Amino acid sequence: MAEEPLIRWDWIGRNADRIGGLLVDNVVMGLAPVAIGLVVALPVGLACARWRRLYQPTVGIINVIYSLPSLAVFVLLLNVFILATMPIVVVPLTFYALAVLIPAVVDGLGSVPDPVRQAATAMGFRPLRRLIQVELPIAVPVVIAGLRVATVSSISLVSVGALVGKGGLGHLFIDGWQRQFPTPIIVGIVLIVALAVLADGVLILAQRLLTPWARARRTA
Amino acid sequence: MITFEGVTKRYAGGTVAVADLDLEVPNGEITVFVGPSGCGKTTSLRMINRMIDPTEGRILLNGVDVATVDPPTLRRGIGYVIQQAGLFPHRKIVDNVATVPHLLRWDKRKARERAMELLELVGLDPGLAGRYPFQLSGGQQQRVGVARALAADPPVLLMDEPFSAVDPIVRTSLQDELLRLQSELRKTIVFVTHDIDEAIKLGDRIAVFKVGGHLAQVAGPATLLADPADDFVREFLGRDRGIRRLSLVTAGEVRLRDDNLIAERTDVVEARDRDAPWLLVLDKDSRPRGWARTSELPAAGTMAEAALTPYHGFGRDDSLRGALDAAVLSVTGLAVALDGDGRAVGTVSREDLLGGLHG
Ligand SMILES: Nc1ncnc2c1ncn2[C@@H]1O[C@H](COP(=O)(O)OP(=O)(O)OP(=O)(O)O)[C@@H](O)[C@H]1O
Ligand SMILES: [Mg+2]
Repeated sequence: MAEEPLIRWDWIGRNADRIGGLLVDNVVMGLAPVAIGLVVALPVGLACARWRRLYQPTVGIINVIYSLPSLAVFVLLLNVFILATMPIVVVPLTFYALAVLIPAVVDGLGSVPDPVRQAATAMGFRPLRRLIQVELPIAVPVVIAGLRVATVSSISLVSVGALVGKGGLGHLFIDGWQRQFPTPIIVGIVLIVALAVLADGVLILAQRLLTPWARARRTA
Repeated sequence: MITFEGVTKRYAGGTVAVADLDLEVPNGEITVFVGPSGCGKTTSLRMINRMIDPTEGRILLNGVDVATVDPPTLRRGIGYVIQQAGLFPHRKIVDNVATVPHLLRWDKRKARERAMELLELVGLDPGLAGRYPFQLSGGQQQRVGVARALAADPPVLLMDEPFSAVDPIVRTSLQDELLRLQSELRKTIVFVTHDIDEAIKLGDRIAVFKVGGHLAQVAGPATLLADPADDFVREFLGRDRGIRRLSLVTAGEVRLRDDNLIAERTDVVEARDRDAPWLLVLDKDSRPRGWARTSELPAAGTMAEAALTPYHGFGRDDSLRGALDAAVLSVTGLAVALDGDGRAVGTVSREDLLGGLHG
């Protein structure tokens, strides 16, 4: 045990296929909740911005779900879905994503300066066109900031699912822990961090391309 | 013409912002709504383009009740400029200006050409077209706001304190620019301000509002200053109402004297014969060099050797206020009228300037 190296490269080589499969699982299970979350958060956020009184209750409900101990939720869902399939991870993570994205959409729309909204109305924009051509584009930087938080946490939270049989790279942690063997743990951590950094980088890039006017403001 | 007929606006909560307003805004003129904060200027303005609907009464635009027109359609025919410019931060300047042409489905190229034309019209470098709003100064943004409002060539322009967020020097140049534009475009402009000086400078007609949404007086600037309808208006115009009147009259009309102008090569002996306490010494191009006191001329020589006191000049296009300012600044009590090339054409005293007011 004493001369056991921290990383056994040969183990990585032998298990490359399995690691690859878990990596793909982790990507899918990490990104799906954010994608679903965004699709849901947009209309819900719009409704909350339009009818302010919906906002507090909606965020309240989502936060309660968000605050449930993640493991308990996984186990609960395991009973619902019986088999350890992707939904047992994707469903709770979608709530996590919503807890970040709904406020992001509402705050994003709230970041539209009042004079801008009024000017748009006074120029003769109808409400839907104003929303699509003026308010949503201006909300993009705040929404993307929310997406970054949601994406990075979602990718790393997937690993918790390993405890109930579906956790992407998290399975490497269990492997390593059960066998007192650090290599899989290190591989898992490195890959998750790399995934998160990569996803974040892609979003930053998307933000730069989508909102050159906001980037210019930062560097001004 | 915009006609307010018995217009009242009562907000939820009971505030009466505008009370039974009857007012006609003639076409092709600048009508200024002026009054203290909260007197209903913005509310009145926004009822014209239906950003706000009146509780009672109606507003006619060239005879058509605006309540019968679909608001977005109505608004595309009415330019609107606000204090903070309200430019779209995510759109380049050229696209900001082309907003209404785009809404009206103009051909893309035509909309762009029109936007470029307008940038020039409002005095902006066309090179700014590709920038985003935050890359412009406040004054430039405000010009873009004006260009955007004019893009589809609407006959009516509503301006709500458009220049009050910029510094005084920029404000003056924006005001001058608006007057220049208006002399070309002859739009029907409603201009809201709480600055009486701005109202007097820009308004063909001025509507003074009192708190509670009542109209106190509607008149041209000269009438308003000479003959305020009541104490409220008198107080609102301020104590220097008389002095302000001077800014409405151009100095081109004042009677000048020229027997105190003297060429520098003139002999002092001859100068002493002039019946004037001060003589304005001119160089060979008739440009003034300064004042010489007749009683303190040198014993001999020409006027070129006389000790000189600085002079203060005004142009023929300046207001009487500018001329009086020059006269007050000068120890001689005389202002020097200059032509376009800086040549002295005559002088006028404080007394004559003020006397002219009542003549
Ligand atoms: N949406 C609103 N709801 C309730 N009251 C309002 C609303 N908008 C304006 N008021 C009230 O109506 C009155 C007139 O407001 P308005 O904005 O027309 O004034 P204003 O003359 O433009 O003032 P300012 O010079 O400060 O811009 C004020 O007492 C204001 O508080
Ligand atoms: Mg106002």
